[in-house]
Amino acid sequence: MTDVNDRQVDALVAAADDGVDCDGLRVRRGEDGYRFETPDGAETGLEESALRSVAAENPWFVSNWYCWREVDRPEVETAFLRWLESADDRSVPDRYEALADGVEASWGELAVEVALGGDGRRTYAVRHEEDADRPVGELEVYADPLSARELVTYDDRGRYRPLKTAPTLQTGWALLDLDGRSLVRAVDVVYPATVTNWHLERQGELDVSHWRETMERQTGIYGVIRTWDRGEGYEHVNWVAEACCDDSQCLKRREWEYDDDTDLDVDGGDGAFPCREPCSLVVAAARQWTKLEGEQPQTYEFELTPSEKEQVEAIIDTVADGEAGEIREADVYEGANRYRARFLRAKRFDEEGRLGGVSTDD
Amino acid sequence: MQSLVIVAHGSHLNPDASTPTYDHADTVREAGVFDEVRTAFWKEEPSFREALRTVQAEEVYVVPLFISEGYFTEQVIPRELRLDDWDEEAWDSDGTSATHATLEATDVGKTVHYCGPVGTHDAMSDVIVRRAETVTGDPDVGERSDSPNSRASRTESDGEVGLAVVGHGTERNENSAKAIEYHADRIADRDRFEEVRALFMDEDPEVDDVTDFFESDDIVVVPLFVADGYHTQEDIPEDMGLTDDYRTGWETPAEVDGHDVWYAGAVGTEALMAEVILERAAEAGADVGDAVETVRRRTRVAGTDAGTGAGAGTGD
Ligand code: SF4
Repeated sequence: MTDVNDRQVDALVAAADDGVDCDGLRVRRGEDGYRFETPDGAETGLEESALRSVAAENPWFVSNWYCWREVDRPEVETAFLRWLESADDRSVPDRYEALADGVEASWGELAVEVALGGDGRRTYAVRHEEDADRPVGELEVYADPLSARELVTYDDRGRYRPLKTAPTLQTGWALLDLDGRSLVRAVDVVYPATVTNWHLERQGELDVSHWRETMERQTGIYGVIRTWDRGEGYEHVNWVAEACCDDSQCLKRREWEYDDDTDLDVDGGDGAFPCREPCSLVVAAARQWTKLEGEQPQTYEFELTPSEKEQVEAIIDTVADGEAGEIREADVYEGANRYRARFLRAKRFDEEGRLGGVSTDD
Repeated sequence: MQSLVIVAHGSHLNPDASTPTYDHADTVREAGVFDEVRTAFWKEEPSFREALRTVQAEEVYVVPLFISEGYFTEQVIPRELRLDDWDEEAWDSDGTSATHATLEATDVGKTVHYCGPVGTHDAMSDVIVRRAETVTGDPDVGERSDSPNSRASRTESDGEVGLAVVGHGTERNENSAKAIEYHADRIADRDRFEEVRALFMDEDPEVDDVTDFFESDDIVVVPLFVADGYHTQEDIPEDMGLTDDYRTGWETPAEVDGHDVWYAGAVGTEALMAEVILERAAEAGADVGDAVETVRRRTRVAGTDAGTGAGAGTGD
């Protein structure tokens, strides 16, 4: 439970001269003494000793003010930490009751738990949402937010993660006993700049750079991408967004569109934090697609049985959904099963690896 | 309040590309002279575009962890950081002499002291020498002294050691070759190594023929690259004949045409690089106190057990 200590009350008395106004608590010093007000009512004309006892009777309000009063906290940090405990939506008593059990918030794949520490301060714990119910003893525990750097480099299969907001965050770890500053630092290591951009968006100040302007800015080997936009529509960008920015591939909510006037037809996703411009991965992929899409379609003639046609579709789906590794060795009922794919290759490819023996450029 | 942002290339494919950047950022952070030390990447996150907005200070020192002046330092970084008033004259450089320029990043309204790349700083010559010491495990490598401390005897030679500084050639970037030659000349002037040569990957004198350019029995080869990757861990070791297949690794030293070749891997992984970052920021006006000295001391070769982590190849 929360006790008001002398330090908090001393601070409150001192702050009353300039006035205190925080989450429903209002305290100020007037000509006829102190005024102490909460949503439950106001007491006026208080001597300092009386102010001290009312303060002591309202420990949650006082400790809540004390916690958020720190002035050297950057605005973005305060906004994020308050959002985690829904400070703008829930009353102080309501919140304090919840904080006693721990409040859970989610950020990408992170589960953040807020609890009460000493002196009204919050303590934060962060882990993968899949580990939320696992006992801490089963997790690798870290204290330094920078150690999260090791955790974000590889996924659970040991593969390098080139996109930090891909939904492939490693499990099995926890950062415990963080203060607000360290929590924000840890989140920034896992999902760089997402808190800042989220905050800018809430302020109505997010600077979105759409597809067109982003590609026009590119130079060097990426300069070629602008030739992909030929003023004949933006279907190709729909495909890019569907391929790369879907929630199954990236947890940012895509806010960039084709250009200022033209929205894409693909949904931007439901992520908590926005994506303000095509990222370097999308730019690099777009360069390759620009080259490939310069080709003209041709008609090829192959023979496939109906099942083989469906098998080709199944293989593409499985690879596109990243599920090839999950198909069991003997599951020959799946088109993308390795034996099935090898059989198809044995039957339909010639010695030079050409489908149906048909050459690519004829 | 002063902040430091180290900007580097990074990679979509190679997880090791950003490791030196993080390591040097940690070293600078531990020195405690900046309120914040951040990193930003062209290919990783946070991107150059979004790094400055995560920094609190109004005054930011930006140091590019790049080897030479050129496309990245003159076009990409200033553009992506929105240093709108930047132009190539701002550094007033001959290709290796950029120090810094003070500009505004227009999206965040912060003052950015944009520094020249680490690779062309004079202190980089020291890092190359330090790298040679690390890979040979000999703090006196090349010194022609009769000092009993000299571990040159380990190389079964008379102590004469040649040093090759290796880079891309001009094909990719004219200033890249200039930076290699600049440091090779500076190190040669110190009269420490018997022979010092600048060698290149895609032009003469080529690193493939490394042994043709040296009389010395022992040759230390230091590639002027920021991070280990394809060039330093696959191309160069195979081209020099250290190994037929980089995946099987190579010996350090490896015997090539009767010479002992000590291959150091990317100079950028050397811990002393952190000092160059500090020097760059200090020249641009950052208050770094005695951090340069501290870092120099802390990263010194410990003598016998140094050189681990160098040259074993990537193995897998
Ligand atoms: S461009 Fe797409 S893939 Fe890249 S960060 Fe934004 S939403 Fe994610």
